[in-house]
Amino acid sequence: MIIAVGSGKGGTGKTTVATSLALSLEAGDPGSAGWGEGPGHLLFLDCDVEVPNAALFLKPVLDESETVGLPIPEVDLGACTFCGRCAEVCVWHAITVVGERVLVFPELCHGCGSCTLNCPEAAIREVDSVIGKVESGRAGRIVFGQGILDVGQPMAVPVIRRLKEKHLGGLTDGVAVLDAPSGTSCPFVETLRGVDYVLLVTEPTPFGLHDLRLAVEVARDELALPVGVVVNRDGVGNAAVDDYCRGEGIPVLLRIPLDRRIAEGLSEGHPLVGVLPEYIALFRGLLRRISAEVAR
Amino acid sequence: MRQLVLLSGKGGTGKTSITAAIAHLASVQASVVLADADVDGANLELVLDPRLTESHPFMGGQVAVIDPLRCTQCGLCEGVCRFSAVLSAADGYRVDPSACEGCAACVYQCPDDAIQMVPQQAGLWFRSETRFGPLLHARLFAGRENSGKLVTAVREQSRRVTLETGRNLVIIDGPPGIGCPTIAASTGVDLALLVAEPTASGIHDLRRTLAMVEHFRVPALVLVNKADINPRQASVIAAFCRERGLDLVGEIPYDTVVTRAMVSGQPVTMHEPEGVVSAALRAVWEKVRDRLASAAPAGMGE
Repeated sequence: MIIAVGSGKGGTGKTTVATSLALSLEAGDPGSAGWGEGPGHLLFLDCDVEVPNAALFLKPVLDESETVGLPIPEVDLGACTFCGRCAEVCVWHAITVVGERVLVFPELCHGCGSCTLNCPEAAIREVDSVIGKVESGRAGRIVFGQGILDVGQPMAVPVIRRLKEKHLGGLTDGVAVLDAPSGTSCPFVETLRGVDYVLLVTEPTPFGLHDLRLAVEVARDELALPVGVVVNRDGVGNAAVDDYCRGEGIPVLLRIPLDRRIAEGLSEGHPLVGVLPEYIALFRGLLRRISAEVAR
Repeated sequence: MRQLVLLSGKGGTGKTSITAAIAHLASVQASVVLADADVDGANLELVLDPRLTESHPFMGGQVAVIDPLRCTQCGLCEGVCRFSAVLSAADGYRVDPSACEGCAACVYQCPDDAIQMVPQQAGLWFRSETRFGPLLHARLFAGRENSGKLVTAVREQSRRVTLETGRNLVIIDGPPGIGCPTIAASTGVDLALLVAEPTASGIHDLRRTLAMVEHFRVPALVLVNKADINPRQASVIAAFCRERGLDLVGEIPYDTVVTRAMVSGQPVTMHEPEGVVSAALRAVWEKVRDRLASAAPAGMGE
């Protein structure tokens, strides 16, 4: 079962919930619960590749790193006739022909291969241009993976795609928790693709509600995925998030109160269930409810 | 014309609340235009009480559409698509629009001319009037791509409106993260105000955001929000700023008045002008203003 933890609005506690959910499952009795047994049975992926923070809380030992590249065209000027066909077919304007020169702009290239396929002289080959990396390791019994976008690179999606391919490819049972990026555009969609359940973390404020609605539009309405809500910093703001969830029939699965102890613990890199261990049982209950929803 | 962008890397550090307060304070002394560059979580309008005056469609990229009447089911399109967007079913091939990158590689490979690229409306951009000045904002439709392109559209419009109305300062509320939309919000601005949080995540993301703005040669100032949540981490940020030669322009205490102001739909500096948060923000604005006045104009600023 793959659970993505998202929010729309940033800073609502996605990483707090995702890391504590994984740690709560790890803390349990693996035999009776059926997770956390061999490698791959409890997996955590930080898909927030622009600003990945989960490692600060899970403190994994990372023993594997691979670069993520996009295939960028390289033109053999000996074979090129400067016909300009490559520039004509490139919708990103990432390749252009100026006189007897061909200019490639790697930061605009999406790696689609259209220029290579359309070159009448077969003068283009592709070389990987590094845009980020995928790091993997373990945090206790949790198999951990994170994507990291290189600074200055615009495209997060290929890094997320590679992270998911690498770790979710062989997953047949167990639980995978995906920490999604904030926002509701392409990196969020890429993270949600193929998951079984979307847990949306919000705060009961006008900003939280506004962005929760957008996240529900993507997860439930566009991608047809089941969604549930965690209300974080419960007690701050107003009741509009509850009214919205009731009206939409979206279950509120957990409430985490506004509590200075939690905020201070998180600020030092302590996970929520490290600060308040009584939440372990609550997160395990949360997983049972999600499992029941997914089974339906 | 000067352009100021507020960034944070990490979400939820208070960027939008601080943008609204700065917009309020700046509008007293300068003539401002506001731009909400967080197009897939546009919240600035919620605290500016805007009156919508213009709404325009935003055309994002294109997606491939297969004509089932012309398709001979050869499967070449599926073979060339690197984004797994071509789906094969018993009744033929079709394109998953949410996966299609819009590259058109399949169009050129199709021997039957059965594939067309169809432009997609990916969102809307708006102009509104607020009591502090015109606001340019946008809405990206659920799950669409090209948020960076929409940010660029919002910025182009904000520059146009600034020139047309003879105003002199654009204040941009940036998106979280450091990728495509954040880069689009930051390139060519005169100054970035980085809103940091004194937490392990906040410091990690401040470093990445700073590296991004330095990569694009944008000068930066740092502000610590919710500073008293963890004074030790706040001093780590202060030491980091000293080490890197960055101006730390203020420390704002954590106060639920910021949330109460948001619920009331106002900048905190209007909601509780005499409070400690508002006083701290006024001091921040003065430093930002002085820095903007002394900054050499950026390449795209004029």
